[in-house]
Amino acid sequence: MAVLLIAEHNNKELRPFTLNAATAASQIDAEVHAVIIGQNSESAAKKLSELPVVKKVISIEAPHYENFTAENFAPVIVKLAVNYSHIVCSANTFGKNLMPRIAAHLDTSQVSDIIKVISPDTFLRPIYAGNAFATVKTNDAKKCVTIRPTSFEPCESSGGNATIEKGDAGKEFSNTKFIKREEIKSDRPELGTARIVVSGGRGMQSGDNFKLITEVADKLGAAIGASRAAVDAGYISNDHQVGQTGKVVVPDLYIAIGISGAIQHLAGMKESKVIVAINKDGEAPIFSVADYGLEADLFEALPQFMEELSKLNTIQK
Amino acid sequence: MKILVAVKRVIDYNVQIRVKEDGSGIVTDNVKMSTNPPDDNAIEEAVKIKEAGKATEIVAITVGGEKSQETVRKALAVGADKGIHVKTESVLEPLAVSKIIQKIVEKEKPDLVFMGKQAIDDDCNQTGQMLSALLNWPQATFASNIEVKDNTLEVTREIDEGLETIEINIPAIVTCDLRLNEPRYASLPNIMKAKKKPIEEMNVSDLGIDTTPRVEQIKVEEPPKRKAGIKVANVAELVQKLKNEAKVI
Repeated sequence: MAVLLIAEHNNKELRPFTLNAATAASQIDAEVHAVIIGQNSESAAKKLSELPVVKKVISIEAPHYENFTAENFAPVIVKLAVNYSHIVCSANTFGKNLMPRIAAHLDTSQVSDIIKVISPDTFLRPIYAGNAFATVKTNDAKKCVTIRPTSFEPCESSGGNATIEKGDAGKEFSNTKFIKREEIKSDRPELGTARIVVSGGRGMQSGDNFKLITEVADKLGAAIGASRAAVDAGYISNDHQVGQTGKVVVPDLYIAIGISGAIQHLAGMKESKVIVAINKDGEAPIFSVADYGLEADLFEALPQFMEELSKLNTIQK
Repeated sequence: MKILVAVKRVIDYNVQIRVKEDGSGIVTDNVKMSTNPPDDNAIEEAVKIKEAGKATEIVAITVGGEKSQETVRKALAVGADKGIHVKTESVLEPLAVSKIIQKIVEKEKPDLVFMGKQAIDDDCNQTGQMLSALLNWPQATFASNIEVKDNTLEVTREIDEGLETIEINIPAIVTCDLRLNEPRYASLPNIMKAKKKPIEEMNVSDLGIDTTPRVEQIKVEEPPKRKAGIKVANVAELVQKLKNEAKVI
């Protein structure tokens, strides 16, 4: 039986991790169908049909799908599930919120946050903040799987031409009402997909001092991350948090500034290709995962860093 | 209003865990255990709501072995009124735990169920959402702010893009984020008082639920280790290494 991929989108465009989830779905079974649930979401459905790994798109629209409420989405997907062996989506806040609701309706034990497809019923997933990897085999007939997006490459985004089929909308779940979404708009690359991430921690000492991070990030074309301590202290908003309960990032370069490196933070960044740590405490655990460690006061090191970067003829973007 | 709060006993968040040599799991003998951190936020929020005069009773529930009762005792010490301990020596999957809590909800008839958004041991992030599906109740996951209104809650949720606010009708499930509040410490007099509060005990087998695991854990292994890096002497050397050795800038 085929795999059903749940597309994440904003009614206009696909969210980038839909492409990573599509890759994971195609590793489970070549027959990938994708469902897109929204309102006035034709253009996103079109984009979905252009992913070469997607063989069929099911588009379901109704006004009560505009804000992606799990209580509205779950019953529709449960109904479609009859025809599929697997339901797949990303283990980001969208998928984490939605998939368990589907799994419970299907009486299925969900497999969360997989980092590798070993076979259609066996997966690798991190546990204990990534300090152990578990190989798990699910014996449920229907398999609900969320995938860690940064562990799968995004699929090709053009060249496909899947048919778009209209699906039936379900009725509205009236006990949950969407009020508002406050999205932080930024011209910077998205944290989850950026090639370079510059992150600040408690060592930044204030929200104002984060401008030192911003300058470096601008210079490098990087996204800005933060430790939980920095978010808790109000230096920066929650969407920047990297770690076990925040986002997982795997950039080519991760620069940790004034971050001590608690287990929970390392969980979100230690798969990065190159890690730099700048911290005045030479014993800080962040140095145990850093390829390049600089033991220095960040308030001296960051201006120097800017200066040295300015001397370079070119900086990769 | 009555609030049921689910708490789980896990390896303390500060412990560097070790994988068993035979690959069968994680070493738990002689390891410090404590309440799953966001479950502490769930209890704290319930207590704050009660202190504000908007709730009348808080029941703390845990599912687990004998020692799991410590987490219920701790919840009682910070303000829960009554405890429930559903005993099992098996490791249960979130689906089984949500079915157990569903049974307890049917019996206790709470207006709200709170719990942490995820347990820091299996990192599943499922139980709250599964429970709300089984009960067909609204769910507010990853809550960083809760306002109790008449028969509704206004909840701010932390999502990848920023913040989302939803209004849910009671009865409802809320899964709590670490930023929801600052959990208090139990005072010694309250710890003493908590010893006298009632904890109802029952066995999973008494509830008539099939909790057979659906997912087999085939092996647990250490993740690949990063090779040791170097310390650089100064910023100039760092930039030179990034440019010419790592070739990432």
